[in-house]
Amino acid sequence: MKNIASSMITGLCLSTQALATPTEQEVIGHYADLAQAMYEDSLITAKQLLKTIDTLIAAPIDDNLKAARTAWKKARAPYQQTEAYRFGNAIVDDWEGRVNAWPLDEGLIDYVAVSYGDESDENYYYTANIIANEQLMLSGRIIDATNITKELLSETLHEIDEVETNVATGYHAIEFLLWGQDLNGTGPGAGDRPASDFDTQNCKVGNCDRRAAYLKVATELLIDELAWITKQWTENGEARHALLQGNTKLGIAAIFTGMGSLSYGELAGERMKLGLMVHDPEEEHDCFSDNTHWSHYYDALGIKNVYTGTYTRIDGSKMSGPSAADLVTAIDASIDKQLRELLDATLAKMQILVDSAEIEGIAYDQLIGGGNEVGNAKIMAAINALLAQTKGIEKAVSTLGLDSIAFEGSDSLDNPGAIF
Amino acid sequence: MMKSLCHIIFISTLGLANVSHASGHVTALTNDFSKAEKYELFPGGATSHTKLINKDVFSHPSTNMSFERKMDFEVGNGFFKRLWVSAPSSTQATDGLGPLFNARACQRCHIKDGRGHPPNGPNDSAVSMFLRLSIPPQNEKQKRLLNERRISVIPEPTYGTQLQDFAIQGHKAEGRIVINYEEFGIKLADGDIVRLRKPNYAITNLGYGSLHPQTMISPRVTPQMIGLGLLDAIHEKDILSQADPKDIDGDGISGKANMVWSALHKKPMLGRFGWKVGSPSIEEQSQAAFSGDMGISVPLHPSGAGECTDKQIECQEAPSGNSPQYENLEAHSAVTDLVSFYSSNLSVPARRNHTDPEVLSGKKLFYQSGCVGCHRPKYITQTLPDKPEQSHQLIWPYTDLLLHDMGIGLADNRPEGLANGREWRTPPLWGIGLIPVVNGHSYYLHDGRARNLLEAIMWHDGEARQSRDAVIRMSRQERDHLIRFIESL
Repeated sequence: MKNIASSMITGLCLSTQALATPTEQEVIGHYADLAQAMYEDSLITAKQLLKTIDTLIAAPIDDNLKAARTAWKKARAPYQQTEAYRFGNAIVDDWEGRVNAWPLDEGLIDYVAVSYGDESDENYYYTANIIANEQLMLSGRIIDATNITKELLSETLHEIDEVETNVATGYHAIEFLLWGQDLNGTGPGAGDRPASDFDTQNCKVGNCDRRAAYLKVATELLIDELAWITKQWTENGEARHALLQGNTKLGIAAIFTGMGSLSYGELAGERMKLGLMVHDPEEEHDCFSDNTHWSHYYDALGIKNVYTGTYTRIDGSKMSGPSAADLVTAIDASIDKQLRELLDATLAKMQILVDSAEIEGIAYDQLIGGGNEVGNAKIMAAINALLAQTKGIEKAVSTLGLDSIAFEGSDSLDNPGAIF
Repeated sequence: MMKSLCHIIFISTLGLANVSHASGHVTALTNDFSKAEKYELFPGGATSHTKLINKDVFSHPSTNMSFERKMDFEVGNGFFKRLWVSAPSSTQATDGLGPLFNARACQRCHIKDGRGHPPNGPNDSAVSMFLRLSIPPQNEKQKRLLNERRISVIPEPTYGTQLQDFAIQGHKAEGRIVINYEEFGIKLADGDIVRLRKPNYAITNLGYGSLHPQTMISPRVTPQMIGLGLLDAIHEKDILSQADPKDIDGDGISGKANMVWSALHKKPMLGRFGWKVGSPSIEEQSQAAFSGDMGISVPLHPSGAGECTDKQIECQEAPSGNSPQYENLEAHSAVTDLVSFYSSNLSVPARRNHTDPEVLSGKKLFYQSGCVGCHRPKYITQTLPDKPEQSHQLIWPYTDLLLHDMGIGLADNRPEGLANGREWRTPPLWGIGLIPVVNGHSYYLHDGRARNLLEAIMWHDGEARQSRDAVIRMSRQERDHLIRFIESL
C-alpha cells in the first residue's frame, strides 16, 4: 500500500513536470539544432565573403576592398556565437584552431613593417613570408610553395614546428590579408592595406598574384572547414551524436561547461585580462580590423543563446526551444532569473565596448592602452561581469545536480566512499 | 567547478592531512598483474583529463580546477606563449628580451608543453635544447660555497652557466651547438640489433672569445610539463625515505637526493626539478628560465641583462626593460606567479589501454625487471591549503625524484650540486607515450639521443644495468609488451 502511494506521487510529479519542463534529451536536441543553425550561418556568410573577395581580385579598387572587409565582419558575427560550443564539445575544441587560431605571427604570411623586427629568431618562420617566397626552409627541409594550395596552407604551414602562432589559415589570416598590420599601437586606427596590394597589373609591393591567391585559398579553406563542422551537427552528425548518446546529464553538463569555460578562462582571461595587464594591442583578438568589440560581444551573446535556447539567424528569423534555462526554472526559478540577469549584465558591459568603438570612435586597442584609466575600467567592468556570470553558471549547475557527473568513468565518483 | 567535486570527495572522505607514510598500503607495489589497479587509469588523480588525444593533450588545466582559477591558468598560458621583445619598446609590460637569449617565449622551447628535441641537422635551430656550462672550482672560496650548497656550479667565467645561441639586434650570440653522432649497435638475446647514436658536442661561432679550458658542457632538452605541481606536492619524507646513497640494502640501486640552494627560502632544499634535480620548486625553476633562457628579469633574478656575465660588457650596458611601475622588473611578480600557476597545473592525460592484457603483461615485466626500483609508480600527495588541485591525490608518476648513476655512456661529466657527472634524476614517465602525438617525434633522454623507447632503455647503465640486461634477454614479444605498457602511461 505504502509503495503504491509513493509511486503514484512520483508519477504525478513526473507528469506535472512533463507539461512544463522539457526532457534533457529535448534540451540537448535543441542545443544541437542551434549549433547547426549558427554554423550554417557562419558557412553562408563565409561564402558571401568569398564572393566579395573574387570581386576584389577581379577589380582591386578601394570600394571592393571595403566590401570584402564588411563581409568579413558580417561573417564573424555568427561564428563568434558558436564559440559557446567549443569547450563542452571535444569535436569542436579539436577543430577550432583550424579556423580561429590566434594570435598569429603575421610575418609568416606576408610583408610586415620593419618595426616588426627581423632579429635572428628561434621561430624561423616569424618572417618567412609565404607570399614572397616560392621556397621555404622547414626544419632543414625545403618546402615547395610555388603553388598556394589548401594542402600547403592547412597541412604543411599551419602551426609549423608546433608553434601555435604560426597561423596560416582561418579568420585571422584572412583578416590580416584584408586589413594588413595595425601600426597605430594604442592610438586610433586599424590596419590600412591598400587595395593595390591585390592588383596584379599594377603591383607596388610585389607578389600581388600570390597575395590574391593566398586570400582566395584561405577563404575557400574556411568554407570547407565550416561545411565540415556544420555536418557534424546535422541529424547523423558526430557532434550531435556524441551529446545524445549515453547519459543525457553529460550532454546538459556540456552546455554549462562551454558557457563557463568561455566566460572565464578564454574570454575574460586570455582574451581580455592578459591584454589589459600588458596594455598591448597585439593581445587584441581582432587586432588588424579593430573588430574586437564585436567579437567579444558575440561571444557573450552566444553564451546567453545556449542557455536560453534562443538564436536570431542572419536572415532575421528567430529560433527558440527547450533550453537549459527551462531545466533550471523547473527546480528553482530564482536561480534561473539570477543567471539571466547576470548574462544580460555582461551583454550590457560588452555593449559599452561596442559603443565606445562604433559611436565614440575609441576602439578596443585604445581602451587597453597604458594610462587610459577610463578605458581600462570599461574592460575591467566587462571582465568582472563575466566573473559574476560564471558564479551564476556554477549555481545553476549545482541546482541541476550536475556537479558530480562531469567525471564520468572515474572510479572515484562511481564509488565516492572508496579510500582509493 | 563540476570536476572539483571529485577532489572534494577525496578529501572529505578521508579527512587526512599531510599524509606521508600513513597510506603505505595504497602506494605499495602491486603483485597482481591479472587486472589493472584501481585508479591507475588516472595518473594525476582528479587532475587528470580524458579529453581527445591530439596535439593539445598536454595543454589542459587540472580537471578539478574551479572556473575561477581557470582564468588564472589561461592568463598564465597567455604569458607562457607571449613573445617578449627587446627594450625599449612601446609595450613596457613585456619588453626586456635578452640581450642574450635561447628563446623569445616559454612556449618556444616547451613546444605544446611537451618535449624538446635536438636540432634536425645543421639548418635546424636548437631552440628546444641548450647547453649548460660550468668549470670546476678554482679556489677555496668556490669550494666552500659548493660545500655549503650555496651554489651548485661555478659558472664559465665569460659565458656563465648556459650558452645562449641568440641575441637581440646589435649583440652577438654566444655560440652555436654542433652535434655529431656516431652509431653503434647492441645485440639483443633474440638476435635483433638496436642501433644507438652517441652524440659529441662542440660549440662554434663563439661570440665572446674562447671558453675556459676546463669548461664542462651538459646538453639538455625540455621535458614535458605535465604533472609538475603534483611532483611538487609529494611529501619530502616520501622522497628522502627512498634514498639509499651508500646502497645499504645492497640492491645495486643507490638513489641520492640533491640539495640545492633555494633563492626563495635562502637555504639548501631538496631538489625536485631539472635533469639533475637542480631546482627545488616550480617557482624557482620558472624564474630561472625567465632569466637564463629569455634574459627577462624577475623577482629572484632582478638583473635586466639576464645571464650576461660581467665580462660581457656591452650586454650589461644594453637598455633594460625594467620598469618602475612593474617592481623595477621586466616580468614582475604578478606575471611570474601566473606562469608558475600555469606550469603547476598542466593535466596528466588519462592512460590509454591500461586494461589491455598485453599492456598488463608489459607492466608485469616492468616490475619484474626492477624498473620500479627507480621509476617508483605511485604516491599520495600532501594536502596543501593553497594548492587544492594537487592536494591529497593518488598519483602515478613512475619516478623516485632521486639521482642515480646511469653509467659512463650517458654521463655529461658535469657535476651539479650533489649530482656527479654520471648521475641523473629518474624522469617521470607519465605521458611519455604521447610525445609522438604532441611533438611529432620520439626523442628521449636528457639530450634526445634515443630515437625511440627501446633505444632509451638500452642507454640505461650503471645502477640500471641489471634492468637493461633483463630487457636484452627478453623475447621480442615480451619487449613489445613492455614498450606497450610504457606507451600506455
